[in-house]
Amino acid sequence: MPGRQLIMSFPVTATSHTLAEYRARGGYQALEKALKTMRPSDVVKEVTASGLQGRGGAAFSVGRKWQVVVYDDGQPHYLIANADEGEPGTFKDRWILEQNPHALIESMLIASYALNVRNCFVYIRGEFDLPYERLAAAVEEAYAAGYFGERILGTDFSCDIVVYRGAGAYVAGEASGLIASLEGKKSYPRNRPPRLTVKGLYQRPTVVNNVESLSNVAWIIAHGAAAFKEVGTPKSPGTRLFSVSGHVNRPGVYEVELGYPWMKFLEEDCGGIVGGRAIKCVVPGGVSSKVLTGAEIRDLDLSHEALWDVGSTLGSGGMIVIAEGTCMVTLAQILMRFYHHESCGQCTPCRHGTGWMHRIMDRIVAGQGRPEDIERLYYISKFNDGTTICGLGDAAGYAVSGILDKFRDEFEYFIEHKRSRCDGNLECLRSS
Amino acid sequence: MRHLIPEFERLRSRFPAGFESSLVLPCVRRIQEDRGYVSDEDIAELAKYLGVPQIQIEEVLSFYTMFRRKPIGRWHLQFCHNVSCSMNGAERILAHVEKKLGIRPGETTPDGRFTLSVAECLGSCGTAPMMMVNEGYHENLTVAKIDELLAGLK
Repeated sequence: MPGRQLIMSFPVTATSHTLAEYRARGGYQALEKALKTMRPSDVVKEVTASGLQGRGGAAFSVGRKWQVVVYDDGQPHYLIANADEGEPGTFKDRWILEQNPHALIESMLIASYALNVRNCFVYIRGEFDLPYERLAAAVEEAYAAGYFGERILGTDFSCDIVVYRGAGAYVAGEASGLIASLEGKKSYPRNRPPRLTVKGLYQRPTVVNNVESLSNVAWIIAHGAAAFKEVGTPKSPGTRLFSVSGHVNRPGVYEVELGYPWMKFLEEDCGGIVGGRAIKCVVPGGVSSKVLTGAEIRDLDLSHEALWDVGSTLGSGGMIVIAEGTCMVTLAQILMRFYHHESCGQCTPCRHGTGWMHRIMDRIVAGQGRPEDIERLYYISKFNDGTTICGLGDAAGYAVSGILDKFRDEFEYFIEHKRSRCDGNLECLRSS
Repeated sequence: MRHLIPEFERLRSRFPAGFESSLVLPCVRRIQEDRGYVSDEDIAELAKYLGVPQIQIEEVLSFYTMFRRKPIGRWHLQFCHNVSCSMNGAERILAHVEKKLGIRPGETTPDGRFTLSVAECLGSCGTAPMMMVNEGYHENLTVAKIDELLAGLK
């Protein structure tokens, strides 16, 4: 096991996601502790002191986000769990929703208490079937047990929850796009300021946190910020859920203590690379994070600071492992098709830039690439950087320039010879 | 959609007051489940029921990939062809299905049995390749598994 476990710390069985078993594991004691022994401001202080960073991609301090909300400013506040998991390569929140939904629900109750929230929401991606069913069932269980509704556990705290299903838009995973979607509109992101914690859902202060970020809160309240900081590294406390896919023998979701050696994790926990091949590169945290080559990750630890040092990020924890022999040009083509498809069309650089890059990639893969295409891809990605309302435009540029920086020779070969230097395949058949 | 109003009322009671606009997505989804698609009539009636502009509903319908304005086949097959699925054979499996059904993505078989689509990442990367059949996920697909599955979809 790659270090200590906080969220995946129990054996998964056919019933381990139920309220009865969650309570048998000590569940909902943190809620009781918070409501009966802590003031709301104590909860915010504890979460801030834990150093918990957001697990959705930006790794921003959860406590600092919460601190922006003024507890008694006389207006309604909202809390939203972002379960619109859609970054390619990412499927870790799905694990929490399917296997440990009460950890999310208990944490949301504690957060709602801390932030003076009467109504909280889970925005879950529209396609998810089992995660939605499990979460909806867990919410019903929690209502029946008196954890939601009026005067929870005999205190003055009251709270309700709505599970809201998306409808298939990647950009709804961006917090302000998510809010627009939850208001029943197309999920166009909007400019900040004002921050969402000042003006969010229906213009009210709103905290949007990733599912995994929130799910750590119950553990932090139960065991204390100091205990949380003992796990992980000083700059990256706690654990992260990595969803590992691609050319590994044992893909899946793993909880890794931050600071754990990367190669050891891939070799021992993920069963190594398919067919015993070498690692060509790894997408560390969703396709919007820059790829790192096998040589670059050899001595790296899995922590935020280690990845920032090499110009990448742990992002959303969606790790895609790519074996030697895989065609990076074809892979870049898929990425550009994806960003083009998912661009919401609001900002010109992204709407046109993603389409332009997609057409260039299609042309190169069709054997009609031109020598100037590489510089043009760089030009477009640079033009997208920082010129759009949300990060999707930037990310599309980073994705292509990240691959170009490291595998430019493959693009040059493809353009010159009108075919891939590898066999053009992305598939790598499993040895087992 | 009128027969769904009692259901919509129950849904509305779970939201805070003043959240009528938020009901657009869940109501549209329910209408589509019921009719198979969303008609002009539905849009007009829903706009009136929720007190939101018709254009908002039209925008939602054209923006989100899961909503449709026209009927499709009984079984909607959606293949993920993003990075992790492609790295595990999505293209090969999709080509097999295209050949077997004689249709390309975006098309419906003449008997109205299957509609074929491609989708971007559906969050099943660790169990790739995958497809959705209507609302359900089918993962770790192989050609043999698909043949068996399709034979059972009448």
